[in-house]
Amino acid sequence: MVDTRPGRRVAVVAGIRTPFAKSGTVYRDTTAVALARHAARELLFRSEIDGAEIDEVIFSQVVPSVLTPNVAREVSLLPQLPPSVPAYTINRACASAAQAINNAADQIRLGNADVILAGGVESLSDLPILHSRRFSRTLVEASKARSVGQRIATFGRVRPRDLVPVTPAIAEPSTGETMGQSAEKMAKENGISREEQDRVALMSHQRASAATADGRLTREIAAWFGGRDMDQIVTEDNGIRSDTSLEALGKLKPVFDRKYGSVTAGNSSPLTDGAAVVLLMSEEKARALGHEPLAYIRSYAVSAVDPGWQLLMGPVYAVPKALERAGLTWKELGLVEIHEAFAAQVLSNIQAWGSQAWADRLGLPGPIGEVDWDRTNVAGGSIAIGHPFGATGARLVTTLANEMRRRDVEFGLISICAQGGMGYAMVLERR
Amino acid sequence: MSAFTTTNDNGIAVITFDLPGEPVNKLTAAVRVELEALLIGFRDDPSTRGIVLISGKPDNFIAGADIEEFTALTSQDAAERLSFEGQETVSRVETLQKPVIAAIHGACLGGGLELALACHYRIATDHPKTQMGLPEVQLGLIPGAGGCQRLPRLIGARAALDMILTGKSERASKALRLGLVDEVVPKSILREVAIAAADRLATQGLPDRSSKSGMAGLVLDRTSAGRRLVYRAARQQVLKRTGGHYPAPLAALEAVRVGLEQGVTAGLAEEHRAFGELAVGDVSRKLVQIFFATNALKKDDGVPPGTATPRQIRRLGIIGAGFMGSGIAGTAVLHVEVDTRLKDSDLARVSKGLQAATRLLADRLEKRRLTRPQYERLTALLSGSADYSGFQRADLVIEAVFEDLDTKRRVLAEVEGLVRPEAIFATNTSTIPIRQIAEHARRPERVLGMHFFSPVERMPLLEVIPTAATSPDTLVTAVRFGRRMGKTVIVVADHPGFWVNRILSPYLNEAGHLLQEGVPIELIDSAMTRFGFPVGPVALLDEVGLDVAEKAGNVMHEAFGERMKPAGSLSRMLGATRLGRKNGRGFYRYKEGHKAGVDKSVYALLGVRPTDADASLVQRRLVYAMLNEAAMACAENVVRSPRDADIGAIFGIGFPAFRGGPLRMIDDVGAGRVVETLYQLQEQYGERFRPAPALLEMSRRSGRYYPA
Repeated sequence: MVDTRPGRRVAVVAGIRTPFAKSGTVYRDTTAVALARHAARELLFRSEIDGAEIDEVIFSQVVPSVLTPNVAREVSLLPQLPPSVPAYTINRACASAAQAINNAADQIRLGNADVILAGGVESLSDLPILHSRRFSRTLVEASKARSVGQRIATFGRVRPRDLVPVTPAIAEPSTGETMGQSAEKMAKENGISREEQDRVALMSHQRASAATADGRLTREIAAWFGGRDMDQIVTEDNGIRSDTSLEALGKLKPVFDRKYGSVTAGNSSPLTDGAAVVLLMSEEKARALGHEPLAYIRSYAVSAVDPGWQLLMGPVYAVPKALERAGLTWKELGLVEIHEAFAAQVLSNIQAWGSQAWADRLGLPGPIGEVDWDRTNVAGGSIAIGHPFGATGARLVTTLANEMRRRDVEFGLISICAQGGMGYAMVLERR
Repeated sequence: MSAFTTTNDNGIAVITFDLPGEPVNKLTAAVRVELEALLIGFRDDPSTRGIVLISGKPDNFIAGADIEEFTALTSQDAAERLSFEGQETVSRVETLQKPVIAAIHGACLGGGLELALACHYRIATDHPKTQMGLPEVQLGLIPGAGGCQRLPRLIGARAALDMILTGKSERASKALRLGLVDEVVPKSILREVAIAAADRLATQGLPDRSSKSGMAGLVLDRTSAGRRLVYRAARQQVLKRTGGHYPAPLAALEAVRVGLEQGVTAGLAEEHRAFGELAVGDVSRKLVQIFFATNALKKDDGVPPGTATPRQIRRLGIIGAGFMGSGIAGTAVLHVEVDTRLKDSDLARVSKGLQAATRLLADRLEKRRLTRPQYERLTALLSGSADYSGFQRADLVIEAVFEDLDTKRRVLAEVEGLVRPEAIFATNTSTIPIRQIAEHARRPERVLGMHFFSPVERMPLLEVIPTAATSPDTLVTAVRFGRRMGKTVIVVADHPGFWVNRILSPYLNEAGHLLQEGVPIELIDSAMTRFGFPVGPVALLDEVGLDVAEKAGNVMHEAFGERMKPAGSLSRMLGATRLGRKNGRGFYRYKEGHKAGVDKSVYALLGVRPTDADASLVQRRLVYAMLNEAAMACAENVVRSPRDADIGAIFGIGFPAFRGGPLRMIDDVGAGRVVETLYQLQEQYGERFRPAPALLEMSRRSGRYYPA
């Protein structure tokens, strides 16, 4: 298939990530900035690139710290890079890092840059906890008070309930529905059974566990030296359960609808900390620097649906768009990476891609495609590996690109559902 | 050419000090004369209301007096006069009827600070290069231009003694806390602020300086009974630190005491009297020689100037994350701010190494010698891995794996297969000849030895060892890099033990002989600390590690034969798994990492009963073993000059600085007498004391190492 799109071809040269860890575990005492810098620095070392070659750093973070709102700049201020490398941080919810990568690819394609570091990070161990609006107002007023008396008087108006901190919730601001409730709704409306969900979760753990053992996952991980004395050496994702079983998963209680629900902690992705970063170059630059690209970026597409409907159905719209832009059909895909926010969402997306009714709705001649699990999420997915919101997109690109090379696959697809009803799809190619 | 230029800004005279042809400002006699004339002129000029003294050098206010002038002094009288004249110049500033403001950016040391202290107001920049101190005691002298009087009056006896008796420098922020300066400002506005201060002081008079030392200050600094306690404590500290070998700190203490208890006039008199005595004294002469030697080494690249081009080191690779490797990594990051990658065979070792290297930085953060952002930046320069990732772009790779020829050769081969052809490979070894390690090197011109001493961050010496094949560019790159790491670098020949371990070896061996004769451990060690070594040889063995010492001893024995045959005590200790401090079992006992007395059970292990011995004979045996070997190694051109030899012994072993080094000591004793003593020792203790042919030769023609 001839690529007729304008601009230069963009190569995925390398990708690295920190181990993904359940929030509040190994990264409890560190910051998102530190994770992002670690991943980026290790990528520079492993790809043996001179920091002076980097034209820009684009990072994503979904829940940024108010102290370091532009984490990308903290990354580009690594001493291994010249201070002249500009940087910005974006947010497209769970598809953020994929978006950061495509922003980078677009800049390279247009000729505005040759080499860009793009990635993402999330640390839900390093969350901004807010004061209530009333207490914040009191603090501001107190800081403006002209006398001690006035200041005391200002604090006198504080009521105990004002002191309850406000933590960011994983809920839709537009509907108030939490992500889990949305998944629960999708399971019910699309008729996804508990057992089907648990099977997806089991496969995720089994495959991730195998890919950790044989090095397919660990080769994309840069070891983390944690703890106060740096003696806690982390080389693997800590959410992967090699020993789980359908029975064990079946025993878990539904979280979001205790009575009639099917979405459990076992068939959902856990709250996760981690960073992932990808090195992108124009094809010519990669060649000039002597790098053999893992893959090239062929197309991407974004979609959005009404969050009040089925929140995580965005990929059903994004995937056919990305395939159309790539000039490809589902059948031509040698590998597919579906982000697993919830097993219910994965199964709902798959169901829609395979259905004639959805094809009609999308104005397509036939169903988008049937999922082939032998070519899908072959190293497990976010349920097992974990899902640091800002980082997952870069992990998927890295995992897919590495596996495409290993299997010598020509085309690969990434599908990501995102908060706000958004869907994201990206097509990679090798030749 | 004049050292000063002046401008007038609305009645405020700004005197800019910029000593022609020098990188730093120094208070030479000529400068003082010129400055005095300028001051008198401004005093008598009715349109001048105030004066600002500022430097024209980029990062230096005044480095101090001109030490060259001290060396030219031939009599105590002349030295006293020099000090007295300095006091006079400085007093002229203080008694000038117009405010004088010191606008300080960069080093403000010794005479420079004494001058600033006489000014009526001091403003310093917040730049890290701005350092204030009175380092005179480090040269065996005391502040002789009123510093012993003005500093305690300004910041209190305790703080002043802390600075004067150690010679340490303080940064601007600390100086402000101490009350040493009145204001700290950014460099960009130093001049304006100083002019404004001069203007303000001219109209409003001197500022009121309240004591900054609180309640304790009131008692300890402001009452004579309190101060008596301070003097006593200071004296004890000095004696503990100097072992009584260095008279200057005690003389400074006395000058401070007399000044505070009997008044400034008496204090100044004591100050210049003591200065005169010390300046022509032997200890100061030795310390000044060392100072000059060290400074000369800072400019000595080990190759004739202009014959080689140093390479820029942007990335450093270190292989071996052990004690040495991590020490090198931490020191390089801290001082050179270079991207440093630490590699070892597994991540557990890497993590230990990273932790140790980071510890160096964290210590400085805790002591506020690094800010948090600086710390974050430096730690970001430090990374590690169990593979060679990041090494392809290394400009310098330092190998610090354990002392094993095959391992070192293997690492060299691996690195050569990886790095760019122009990258340099340095091996950190204490005993293995570099040419053996480099034997199969593909690019032997890029290979040399860098022998660091442990602990790396604290030991000031580095031996750089080129082989016959090492290129001059490689050598000069390594020397410069070592210097940027803060080390005094000597270039030594590729002979077993190089220089430092070569002369240390017979010394430690002799300690072994003494042990085997039943000489008590504490007697041996205390004899040598009294001689002036920082630690005794037996304690040193424990520090080095008995396994390491034994291995080195065997290498030396193999290389030099009977003369260096180990006494056997180490192998007995090792047989009982006594490794020294590192496993808490050596000649000494250790409790929670602290030395807890001699382990008496060692005597039984060695098969001896401790018997008293003559401490001066112990000293003689140990020291002369070293002197003899030094003469031999020097004759073999292991070092390039007596200067390098003595600096190496002082900085590498802790040879007493006040004795000037082993070769300086041979000169002082006289080669003839050294030979005589060696003959006596040879007769009594055997062939290992046979005088070096070079010494015999020197004795015959009454030669010396240094010009008399």
